[in-house]
Parts: sequence; C-alpha cells; structure tokens
Amino acid sequence: MALKLTESEFEIERDPDKCISCQVCVRQCSNDVHDFDSDDDIIISDSQKCVGCHRCESMCPTGALKIKEREAQFKTNANWSAHHLHNLYKQADAGGVMLTGMGSDKPYPIYWDHILFNASQVTNPSIDPLREPMEIKTFIGKKSQELKFDNTGEEEKGFSIKLNTRLSPQLELSTPIMFSAMSYGSISFNACRSLAAASSGFGTYYNTGEGGLHRDLYKYAGNTIVQVASGRFGVDADYLNRGAAVEIKIGQGAKPGIGGHLPGEKVTRDISNTRMIPQGTDAISPAPHHDIYSIEDLSQLIHALKEATRWKKPVGVKVSAVHNIAPIASGIVRAGADFVTIDGLRGGTGAAPQAIRDNVGIPIELAVASVDERLREEGIRHRASILIAGSIRSSSDVIKAIALGADAVYIGTAALIVMGCHLCQKCYTGKCNWGIATQDPYLTKRLNPEIGTRRLLNLLRAWSLEIKEMLGGAGINAIESLRGNREHLRGVSISDRELSILGIKHAGEPW
Amino acid sequence: MDSCKTQLYKCEPKNTQEYFSRFRIPSGCAIFGIMDEAGTAFSGSSVIDGISLMRERSNGLGGGFAAYGIYPQYEDDWAFHILYDDKEAKSQAEDELGKSFKVLFSEEIPTRKVIGVEDPPILYRYFLKSASSLPSRKDNVNGADGEARSRTREEDYIVDFVMRVNRGITGAYIISSGKNMGIFKGVGYPEDIGNFFRLEQYRGHLWTSHGRFPTNSVGWWGGAHPFGLLDWSVVHNGEISSYGTNKRFVSGFGYECTLSTDTEVITYLFDLIARKQKVDLELIHMILAAPLWDEIERMPEDIKQAARALRILYGSALLNGPFSIIVGSNEFMYALNDRIKLRPMTAARKDDRLYVASEEAPLRLVCPSPDYVWRPGGGEPVIGRIKRAGKKEGHKAGAAVKQQDKGK
Repeated sequence: MALKLTESEFEIERDPDKCISCQVCVRQCSNDVHDFDSDDDIIISDSQKCVGCHRCESMCPTGALKIKEREAQFKTNANWSAHHLHNLYKQADAGGVMLTGMGSDKPYPIYWDHILFNASQVTNPSIDPLREPMEIKTFIGKKSQELKFDNTGEEEKGFSIKLNTRLSPQLELSTPIMFSAMSYGSISFNACRSLAAASSGFGTYYNTGEGGLHRDLYKYAGNTIVQVASGRFGVDADYLNRGAAVEIKIGQGAKPGIGGHLPGEKVTRDISNTRMIPQGTDAISPAPHHDIYSIEDLSQLIHALKEATRWKKPVGVKVSAVHNIAPIASGIVRAGADFVTIDGLRGGTGAAPQAIRDNVGIPIELAVASVDERLREEGIRHRASILIAGSIRSSSDVIKAIALGADAVYIGTAALIVMGCHLCQKCYTGKCNWGIATQDPYLTKRLNPEIGTRRLLNLLRAWSLEIKEMLGGAGINAIESLRGNREHLRGVSISDRELSILGIKHAGEPW
Repeated sequence: MDSCKTQLYKCEPKNTQEYFSRFRIPSGCAIFGIMDEAGTAFSGSSVIDGISLMRERSNGLGGGFAAYGIYPQYEDDWAFHILYDDKEAKSQAEDELGKSFKVLFSEEIPTRKVIGVEDPPILYRYFLKSASSLPSRKDNVNGADGEARSRTREEDYIVDFVMRVNRGITGAYIISSGKNMGIFKGVGYPEDIGNFFRLEQYRGHLWTSHGRFPTNSVGWWGGAHPFGLLDWSVVHNGEISSYGTNKRFVSGFGYECTLSTDTEVITYLFDLIARKQKVDLELIHMILAAPLWDEIERMPEDIKQAARALRILYGSALLNGPFSIIVGSNEFMYALNDRIKLRPMTAARKDDRLYVASEEAPLRLVCPSPDYVWRPGGGEPVIGRIKRAGKKEGHKAGAAVKQQDKGK
C-alpha cells in the first residue's frame, strides 16, 4: 500500500466466524476493496478504497460484513475539520478540482423540517380519503387565457355549452410528483428505463436530462419531458416532437453557473447514438448556452422550440435557485415559458465541483416562496407553473412545497435511493456498485428495470396516499386548493426574517 | 345582563376592525334567503321569522340581512349604508363622499330599541350619484357597448372607493354599496337585529339573512354578515380550507382581503368571475364547486371540455371545505353547496317564490305548503332570476326544478 496522508473514511468489519470466503464481496465491489487470498483462503479488505456504498454488506449471504463510518483520527480542530484536511491532501496529490456527486451534505438549514402542516378540528371537518374523493391530479402549463363559450341549443336540449377557446398545452399529472432530469450517461439505461416505465405506469413524467432519448424508450415518449441543454446533445426536431414537453436547462441546483462533462470513456456506442456525438468523445455542456446571453435570447429559444413543436407542447425553463431567483423567474415567465423549474441548493448531480455544490445557490424552500410571491405580486403567477427540485425527501416535503406555491415537484435523489442508491456520492467515478450511475455492463445489469419500475411505482403510490391523507386531514379534497395556501403552514424555531420570506406565521399564531 | 359586567368585557370599538383584520375567524351559521322571481316586493317579516327559527345556529354575536328592491325611489343611485364608531369618523367619511359623489339624500337609518342589541354604532345611509356616472363622449360613440364599459368603470370606481374608506378611515365602515338594495347587520341574534332595523317596514323582492356563530368573542358590527360589495351580498355558512389559495388568487386581481373572512373572499371571487370576467352564471359552480375529475370524465363531450377548461384555469378559485352560500344581487339569487355537501342546505319553491335555508323547518314555517322541497346536491347551484316581461326565463332555475322532480 502506497503511503497516503488521507485516512480511510470507513472501517470494514468482517466476522471471521461468519465469513465463508464465498467471494461475493470481491465480485460485487467495483472499487477493489476486497481481495481473495487463495493461499490462505481468506479475504483481505482495503478500507482505504471503500466508498461506503454498502453493496458488499447488503449482498453478503452470511451477514459477515459491517461497513462502519470511521471516526477521523486527526486531532480535533473546530476550524480545520477532517473534511478540509482530506481535501487538502487529495488536492496536493492530484492538483485538480475536488469532484463529488449527489446533493450537498453540508448542514445548511432544511426549512422543510422547520415547517408544520395543519389539520382540521371542529370548525370544519377533516375528510377521510378512504371514503371521500380526494383529488391530486395536477396540470402543468400556462393558465392565462380567457375562456369563450358558445351557448348551443339550450332551449331544446336543456343545458348545453361549447368551449370556444383552445387551452395552452398542459401536462396532466396523476400526482404532483415527477422524476428529475437525469441523463442517459449520468445514469444507466436500466435506470432510465425504470424511470420512464414508472412514469408511464403512474401517469406522470420523467425528464431525459441532457442525454437524448434512447430509441428503446420511444414507447414512453408520451411521459417524457425532453431537455434542451447547452450541449444540445440528442436534440433534433424528432426528439422535440416526441416528448410531451420541452425543458430548456439553464442551470442545476448542485452546480449553478457551470456546465457538465461526460468523460469520453462513458460515451459508449449506445450513448453516442442517443446523444448524437462520436463514440468515445467527451460530451461537454458549456456553462452558458452560447445562444443565450440575455433574457431576450431565452425568449427567442422558447419561441423557436414552440414553433418546432407547432405550439402543441409546453416549453419550460429550468434554473438553479440563486440569490436573484425571483426576478429571474419573473423574466422567464415574461419570456414565454409555460413552466419554470427551480432547482435548489441541495439538488443532486452526477458530478460537480465540491466547492460549488456546497457553497453556491439558496435553499429551495426560500426560493419557491419568494418566486411564488413575486409572480403573484406582478399578477403573472397564472402564466406559468412552478416546478421545484432540490431534495424532496418525503410526501410531507411535497405537501409543504405545494402549500408554499409550487405546482409540482421533481424528485431525483429519492428515485435513485428507491432503486438502491446508498448516497455514497461517488457517481462521478462511473463505478456505481448499484448499477445506477455507471455504464459498465458488468455493473448496470445489477439493476433489473422491472424491479426498478415496480419500486418507483410503489414510491409514487405511497407518497400519493400520504399526500391524500394529509390533504384530507386539513379538510381539503383537491390539490389545487393547497397551492400557495400558506395559511396551512407554520414555522417552528426559525427567525422572523425567515418566516417573512417563507410568508408563513410561527407555530402558535392563529389565523 | 348586569351592566357593570357588560362594561367589564366590552371591547374598545376602535380596535375591533383592526382585530378582525388580523385573524381569520371561523364561524358556524344559519342562512336563509327568499326571492320572488316575478319581482313582487314583500315585507322583511317573513325572513325574520324564518331565521329566528334557527336561533341555535347562531350565538348572538352577529346577525344581518340583505334586502333588494327596497329603495325604488332611488333605483338608479348608489345606496351606501355606513357604520361609524364616532362623529369624527363620520365627518371624515362624509368629506370623502362629498368629494366623489353628489349626495342626493342622507339620513340616520331608522331603528328601534330592542333588548339584546346593545351599543349600536352610528348608522347612516346615503343615496349618491357618482360624478363618473355621466357617460363620457368617448363611450357614447360605441352605443350600448360604450354604455357597458362606462358602467364597468363606474362599478370599479365604487369598489375602489369602498376599499379605500374601509381601509383608510378608522371607525368608518361601508357595509353596503349597491343600488336599490341595502345590508342591515349588527351584533345580536338575527331576529333582534331585524327588529332593531324595523325590517318589517321594508318591502323587497329578494331577502337574505344570516345568523352567526363565530368562534371568537369580539363583537363588531362591521364583522357581521351579509358581506356586501356593489350589488353583491353574500351569506355563508362554513369554513373554507382553501382560503389562503383563494385569497392569493384574488389578490392577483387587486382585491385585498382586509377582514380575513371567508365571506369576504367569496364576494371578491364573485365580483371577479361574474362581474369582471363575465363568466356565465350557469358556469360559476364549475369553478367554485368544481365537479370531480371522474365526474368530468363522464360528462357529454362539450360540457366535459368546458368543465375541464374551467377547472384547469380556475383551480385557485375552487372553494374547498364545507360551505353553503347564498349570493344576492338585484337580478338573481344564487345558492351553492360545497362539492361534497359538508354543510346543510335545503331549497323550496312555491309559485314565483324561491326559498333557500340551512334547514327545512324555516322554509315550512314561512311557506307551509311549498310546490317542491329539495336538498340540492353538492356543487349543484340553485338559481333564482328575475323574470322580466319579454325576456326568457332563466333555464337553469327550471333545470333545478326538473332535477328535484326526478328525486320525488
């Protein structure tokens, strides 16, 4: 073992009484932690290489393995934490940008955990979703037009009316939850297929990210939001017209202001076909769109995409939550977007510089509250739907997000966890032992798309049931009556300033 | 009641309006409405009798009436009823009135002393012509269209004025601001308030009334119901769980909810949807008590498209949670239950009269042998319209009758 200044982050405990040297762990670990010594018939583990993904522990047939987080052995220092020391040693070794994957793990305030939801008592009845209808169907798209009706033959046939206005295109969601943009490339085909099949099975949508649309997923195209990002990978007229909606990606919560990079070794033949780039070349998405240097350029792209899709599909814009997000969102709405996707500070990624992921952007809770408020103040809230992303962990986060003003949420990390992800944050290495963030065929086959689909469907079902329970408890039987209904939220142990930005009262204050 | 004790618990009237604006106060209630579709006026005593039978649905902290067609001598002029806490507020408000209107006539609203109605504010009514009611040359060019526009502008002006006074002048509160109609309300049981205002002496073609059971203890006359704006009056029994969503929706159109009551936001929704956006009365229930999605799926294609579009566009105007409301205006009476009927409402018809109440008993009391009695389903509107000579009848009113025929 070469001298390393870094310490291992994990301890591998192997119970020799239980280990039968079957070598499952050896075969399962793509990081080569475990090695079989045939001479002594024992398995040796190098904890330095362990990323803490718990694959070996989960697969060990005798339960002999235990992966434990190792306490840092550096001398305690409140200022120079083990995290900083590790980074410094690693950067001194390699001289590069510290990369990481998934959303920020830094202890920034999580406002969802400081917000409480309401329920009915006495003055109005709570509604039992097992006995009464409870509606969570959601429509995404512009809602601004005036409706015109023709009264037809009312004298003869009784009440009759004909709508004489064509609505702006809308996405119809059976639950206000969609799957975030995760490209084929950043995640495996089996993961993409699971997301697509689950969306189609449940009546919601997934997002291609910047990975193009694989031929084998065309059958789920009706439940696909196709993304147009700065690299324009996989974008052509056919791609745009296949999708149910188009999303222009300006930014991502985990890495606001910077682009993306899929290394050439991941660009397999399949990915090269799907992204429409040569096999083995790096797929680099520039930081900005080089045809969008200002808001009027964005407006042109929105309209170009609407033209390309014959005005039949909603066209939205995804941005990361940054300090000036409210005016930015207002500009996007005025530029003609049918929906605005806002991705918060804690949003996930396949790869991002640690410095940016952990230090740039603002929490999604504050962003959605201020965007909703600003759009309402300007009287343009109805012109676009607000979708939010950036660490929606549970159905209660969804409820709170909608009450703060979101129309629907995107979930990314939660969906990956459902498929097996253990948040080791090493997506950028391409060695995902769970077969999700990798293109290695030996690893990708570990994710069975049928099982992945079933687990995602279960997640959507479970959250939808929980949302219905909470809605009914608050005496509401349609999700649209919760949207922007901040009266049903109260803050706990947060400052007046935070309450005022969230637009909610503190717990204990009545209506 | 011991007068010392009353004094002890009395609230400073100046603070009450502010108090009402700070909190949202849910309340249970009794509602009652009678309309004569032929436009024949009748005295307020029957509506007082009806509401008095539902005494246990109120708790003496608010009662009121809206009456239409009661000021035929000022049919085309604005009739304002205003509450004043003191003379200072009155002189301030009258200054404002003088600046914006020509005051044709004003007087103290006649009342009588009634046990159970205490410490009334100064109650005044004004009959006004607005300076802008004269059509401008620009409007005249387009004939009828111009006239409609000029009317809308004048109504917008009245709405602005009422909101300005109610928000800006402490101790002055305009409780009704329509034409040939008036709202009479106060702290007390509704039948006592009716007697107090001598309503048996008025004759109108449409009456609604309200008995209030608020879950707070502060009595403020302006906080009683009906709530009025222009011709609209709303009486409401229920608690709207979608209040926050509805409030934010109307605020996007310039309506600021100052009283934090459900009735206020319902009134603004009506004003916005029916008056400003001119959505047909027949369609309003598809917004306020929108049909369920699977009901929409089963509708005939044309109606399905209409209902779907209305629900998508007006999702934030859906009133969610238990309610039964009666909306009055000079032209029609509109009653509606929430979509899963979580609050009671019964209707009856006898000849030209349409009755709607929280319970059946008061209907039977004032109309012992109705032609029909029915309980409208959730989200199923009951509409009574003035039948004018040469004008066709409101077909939905007929449809409602047909529905109940089937039920028999």
